[in-house]
Formats: sequence, structure tokens, C-alpha cells
Amino acid sequence: MFDISALDLARIQFAFTVSFHIIFPAFSIGLASYLAVLEGLWLWKKEDRYMEVFNYWKTIFAVGFGMGVVSGVVMAYQFGTNWSVFSDKAGPVIGPLMGYEVLSAFFLEAGFLGIMLFGQKRVGPKLHFTATFMVAVGTLFSAFWILSVNSWMQTPAGHAMNAQGQFIPDDWIAVIFNPSFPYRLVHMVLAAYLTTAFVVGAVGAYHLLKNKANAHARLMFSMAMWMAALVTPLQILAGDQHGLNTLEHQPAKIAAIEGHYENVTGAPLILFGIPDNEKAEVLYPISVPKLGSLILTHSWDGELQGLESFPKEDWPNTFLIFWTFRIMVGIGFIMLAIGFWSLLRRYQGRLYEDRWLARAVTLAGPSGFIAVLCGWVTTEAGRQPWTIYGLLRTSESASPLVAAEVGTTLLAFIVVYFTLFGVGVYYMLRLMAKTPEKTPEKMETLKRAVGMVGASSNIDESRT
Amino acid sequence: MEIDLPLIWAALIAFAILAYVSLDGFDLGIGALFLLAPEKSGHRDIMMNSVAPIWDGNETWLVLGGGGLLAVFPLAYSVVLPALYMPIIAMLLGLIFRGVAFEFRWRVSRKNRVWWDWSFAFGSLLAAFAQGVCLGTLIQGIEIVDRSYAGGRLDWLTPFSILTGISLIFGYALLGATWLVMKTEGELQHMVRKYAVITGLITLGLVGVVSIATPFLDAEYHYRWFEGANLVYSIVVPFLMAGCAAVLFYGLKQKKDIRPFFAAHGIFLLCYIGIGISFYPRMIPPDLTIWQAAAPDKSLGFLLVGAAFLIPIILCYTAYSYWVFRGKVGENEGYH
Repeated sequence: MFDISALDLARIQFAFTVSFHIIFPAFSIGLASYLAVLEGLWLWKKEDRYMEVFNYWKTIFAVGFGMGVVSGVVMAYQFGTNWSVFSDKAGPVIGPLMGYEVLSAFFLEAGFLGIMLFGQKRVGPKLHFTATFMVAVGTLFSAFWILSVNSWMQTPAGHAMNAQGQFIPDDWIAVIFNPSFPYRLVHMVLAAYLTTAFVVGAVGAYHLLKNKANAHARLMFSMAMWMAALVTPLQILAGDQHGLNTLEHQPAKIAAIEGHYENVTGAPLILFGIPDNEKAEVLYPISVPKLGSLILTHSWDGELQGLESFPKEDWPNTFLIFWTFRIMVGIGFIMLAIGFWSLLRRYQGRLYEDRWLARAVTLAGPSGFIAVLCGWVTTEAGRQPWTIYGLLRTSESASPLVAAEVGTTLLAFIVVYFTLFGVGVYYMLRLMAKTPEKTPEKMETLKRAVGMVGASSNIDESRT
Repeated sequence: MEIDLPLIWAALIAFAILAYVSLDGFDLGIGALFLLAPEKSGHRDIMMNSVAPIWDGNETWLVLGGGGLLAVFPLAYSVVLPALYMPIIAMLLGLIFRGVAFEFRWRVSRKNRVWWDWSFAFGSLLAAFAQGVCLGTLIQGIEIVDRSYAGGRLDWLTPFSILTGISLIFGYALLGATWLVMKTEGELQHMVRKYAVITGLITLGLVGVVSIATPFLDAEYHYRWFEGANLVYSIVVPFLMAGCAAVLFYGLKQKKDIRPFFAAHGIFLLCYIGIGISFYPRMIPPDLTIWQAAAPDKSLGFLLVGAAFLIPIILCYTAYSYWVFRGKVGENEGYH
């Protein structure tokens, strides 16, 4: 372990802290929107079950969001502590985008989160819904800006260089809406929605397995399965389009994902195998002839560039991203199957009766997180050996640090993240294990007394 | 006349950092005082609930400070953070320990709650101390060669930076104590009023020591404070400081609820202005100026449009959120 360079340690540290971090936003982007929908339905239909399911998930959201905030603050400083040369060179371009993220998203989330979590007794229901809605909007704004930054690093555009070797903005619209951004944004937001849908669905399914009459579990399960059935096909379409975009702008990444070392026409689709960069071939491949070209060029005999078209020092870690990509796609098709399965059962009127479906959905609860992580590893490790694709190498981006220092802090991050966030995830799971129930009658009267349920009295007062 | 964008941004970043110190200062200070409240009294619940709805917004100013620095002064960002590597990461870890406690504390039985009490207090103390160390290191100056940090790996560890670290803990504790004077009543209020007096005295003492030590760190500071026209600041600032101190202690004695909080913030503001006088026009002592550190005008202008539009809105809804949670904190405030 003591042979590892400061650069490798810095890379491990960034990968570790950002991977841990993305788990929470991936969940809170989706859950914030779900909460806004639930509260909106409650306002509209005035059925208590919506508010009860809202309150059930609100507590879970609070725990997850808190962890997202504190792990996110770390990210705002990781760029400077470990990647100072990158920060100096790219700051003029990516910095303002991150500045907009803070101004338009983080403050919005934080400002209204307090009212959303603690303000039910203090503001009227419509204002409370506004707060929930603002939190949801904030998470989406945040996704917009940070994915723009990431996409610019993948497909830089709209910039020039100055005398100090800094990237400077030339055309902001071209920077923000760089070529891969729209695809990445859609793909990630849908991923967040699906991730949340499968967590909500799994919790519903788990409680249905214990009591299939539980109305709250039914509501969760049904809503989640609509998402699975409708959004998964969209996501697969978005992923395909994203892949074609990558082929256009980062062909070496696609070659590595596909396991293509040689330039080929009518390329096979390699389903499984062991890519070996040393030997420049995929060992033990299982492949379908011509299908690779069909998917990527929409023609049986389309020509695809292999890694041999690129200098070897520019190859990414082929083995890694070959596999992470396949895990992500595999999970996508499992989600698709579950979505269709639920549609069939819904059509038959047996959505809540099929115990095998409920078991499958329970098991698939964490699948979104795995897919999100694998997708990010694919696109980020696939960008290597560059931080700014084709323009700035990772090896030329790091801070002047010594290995002992980065190693120490890495160890501290690992210990703290696994203990604190491990405990946090355990608390979230324990909350999810609690049976979602109708608010007991006694609580109901108490809440009415303080104006939490049926808080329309507040509004009436202000009118008079 | 051309608009001096770097100067405007330096002022905005200074404002963000001041907002951070003023706002997160008092909730970190509550963490610093947390364990002084007896475990079984229920006071800790009230202390935490008094900031639970707003701490997240307060901490966002720190993200604006970091993110904003990257955007508009990328060179400063990329020099300061490697120089302050250890204290910055200690601060981040401290903020994690305390941040998670806000929710985790309510997810366990009363018996186990004490674990998260410790996590909250330890994290707050660590973050406050680390921020103070960062400040001390900056005052001492950061060596830059060729757009890169060129000092030693342990330059941040000096008697002076440890002194500023300890000072900031007491300063934040003072802000926290006066916040609680404003937000609580009865026995707890009586207790925190005492803490406000004690931390106020210690803070003023430490501010005095740091102020006297600073001009002797480098000739430039000495010149700033003791020679030429600047001498007038050197006389005015201590007088204003004495005024704030008088309002603070007299307010506490008269059992005023709100006045001590603002007097304590006055003390912070004056210290902050003092540091500003010492630094300006440098962004990072001893050499890097605001203009050298700035990103191109196109970056500054682009973000300034958004900042000019969004910061007033942020201030409005932040103020609204404080207003929603105004008044004394009750026993069963949270949703838990």
C-alpha cells in the first residue's frame, strides 16, 4: 500500500467521497418530487392516506438529506484540496456553474427544508406545500448545474485558453449546453426517479407481504409500479441516445465499453468476456454477431472504431467499465421486466395479490443505487486518463500533496463515512421497516388541536 | 469608468464568509456548549431544536464561500486549500459529525442519545477550531510560487494558529449562548446567560491577544495599524469594540433577550472588518492581490448577474424562514 502515489490516493479519495455522496442525492432528487406529488394529491383530494404516506417518507427523507448535505460540503472542497491545478485551470469555466448551483439550488433546498420538516404547525397547508415543492425544484436545479459541469469535463465546448494556461469562457450557452449535457441530465434525473421508485416500491411490497390489506403499502406499491412501468422504457431509450452521443464525442470510451480493440465493420455485441488491455483483446468472449454495429450505428455492417485507433496511453480501464456498464444495463432490463410484470398484474386486477412480484420488488429495492453507481463509474472511469476530456490529463490536475497526507485523510474519510453513514442508512432502513399506518385517532385530535391536520383554519383566520 | 468586477466579487465573497461566520457561528456555538447542559434536563433537546430548522441554510453560506471562490478567484482557491489541507479536512469531518446528529439523535432511544450528543459537540468543536486555525494560517500568510502553494505541509500548525483556533471556539460559543438567551426561557435561559458572560469575557481577552500579536507577525500589518492615516482605525475600532462589549454585558445584566445577540455579532463584525483592513487589497497575504487571483471578467460578469438577482431572493426567503420559527422554542418543537 505504501507504493501508491499521492495521485492515485487522491483519485481513490475523490472516487470514494463522490460515490458515497451520489447515493444520497440520487435518492433525494426522486424522493423530494415524490413528496411534492403526495402533498399535492392530499391538497387536491383531501384523503388522509396521502398525508400519512407523506409523513412516513418525510422522516426518511430528512435522514437521507442530512447525509447528502454534509457529504456534499466535502465535495465543494475536494476540488481544491486534492485537485488544485485542475481548479486553477478550469475554475473560470466550471466555477460559475457551480456558483449558480449554490445560489439557485442549495439555498432554495436549505431555506425551505426547515419549513417542510418543522413548519407544519406554523404555516398553512398551501404554504407548506410550496415549501415541499421548492425543495423538489431545488434538487432538480442542483442536478441541472452539476451535470452541466460534469458534462463539460466530458465534452468541453465554448471555451478558449488564456496566457496562464487557464480555460476561460468564450460562449456560456455553449459551455452550459455542451454536447453531452442534455443526454446526461435526462439520463440521471430519470435514474434518480427510478431509484426512488424502486425503494418506495420495495417498502410497499415488504409491507404488503406482511399484510396485503395495508392501504398505505398499497398506495406506495401502486405508485412505484406505475413509475417502473412508464419510466424504465423511457430510461432505456435515453440511455441508448446517451450512448450514441458518447460514440460521437468519446469514441474511445465506447470502444472500451463494448470491448472492441480492433476497428471492425459489422461488429459483434460482446455480451460477456474479460477485456485485457495488456493483450489488447477480450478473453473468453460470448458474443452475438453484428448486433454491436446494429445498436451503435443502426446498420448491420456499420464500422466501429476499436481502441487500436487511439494511443494506448489514452485508453481507459477497459475491464472496469466493460463490466460496470453491463451491470447497469442488466439492472435496467430487470426493472423493465418488473414494470411489465406489474402492468400485467394490474390489468388482471391482482397487483397486490402476486406475492412473487412483491418479493421480486423487495429484492430490487437497492437496484437503482447499484445501477447509478455503475453508470457513474462507467462514464467517469471511461473519461480517464483525462479530467477534461482530451485537454487536461488527470496526472496534470492534482495538488502538490504528499502520499502520507492524502493517505491519512483517505483513511479518515473511509472510517467516518462507513461508521456515520452506515449507521444513518441503518436508521433509514429501520424507519422503512416500520409499518405505515393510519395516524391513530388520539393523535389525530391532538394534531387537529394544534392545526396540523385540516390546518385550513389558519387560512380562514388570515382571510377574516 | 470601467466596473471593477474583481473588487465587487471580493466584497461579495467577504459578505458570504461574514454571513457564514455570523449564522453558522451561533449554531456551531450551540454545539460547543452542548455538553454543558445536563443530560437529563431536556435542555439539550431545546438547544438543538432552536437551530434544527435553519442550520442547513446557515451552512450553505460555507458552500457559497468555497464554490464562489472557485468560480471567481480560482487561483486563491487552488492555493489556499492545499495550504490548509489538514484543517480544511478536519473541518469537513467535524461538520459531518455534527450535521448527522441533528437527525440521528432522534432515531435512537433516550439512553443512546448521548452518543449523538457527543458527536454533535465534538464535531462542532472540531469544525470551529479548524476554521480558527485556517484563519490564523491565512493571517500569517501563504507562500506561493508559480501559481501553486509552495510552503511546508505543516505550516498551518503554529502557536498563533492554535490561538486563533481556540479564540474562534469561544467566539462561536458566545454567539451560541446569546442566541439561546434570545430563544429560551426559564432555567435554561438563566444558565446560558451565565455562559454568555463567561464566553464574552474570554472572547474579548483572546481577541485582544490576537490583535496585539498580529501587527508583529509581519511588517505590513504593523504599518497598517500603527503608521500613517490608518492609525485612526487603530483608535476607532477598539472604541467601537468597547461599545459592543458594554451593550453585551449590560444587556445580559438587565436580562434583555435580543440585545446581547446583536452585540455579540457586533464584536464579530468589528473583528472581521479589522481583518479586512489588514488584508486589503490582498486576497491572500503576503503577496496575492484580489486582481491577480481573479478569474477573467467574463466569468465574473456571468456569475454576477445571477448573484445580483438571486442573493436578494435568498436573503428574503432565509429571513422568512427565520420569521416562521421566531419566538421562544418549546419543549416539543420538532416533528420527531
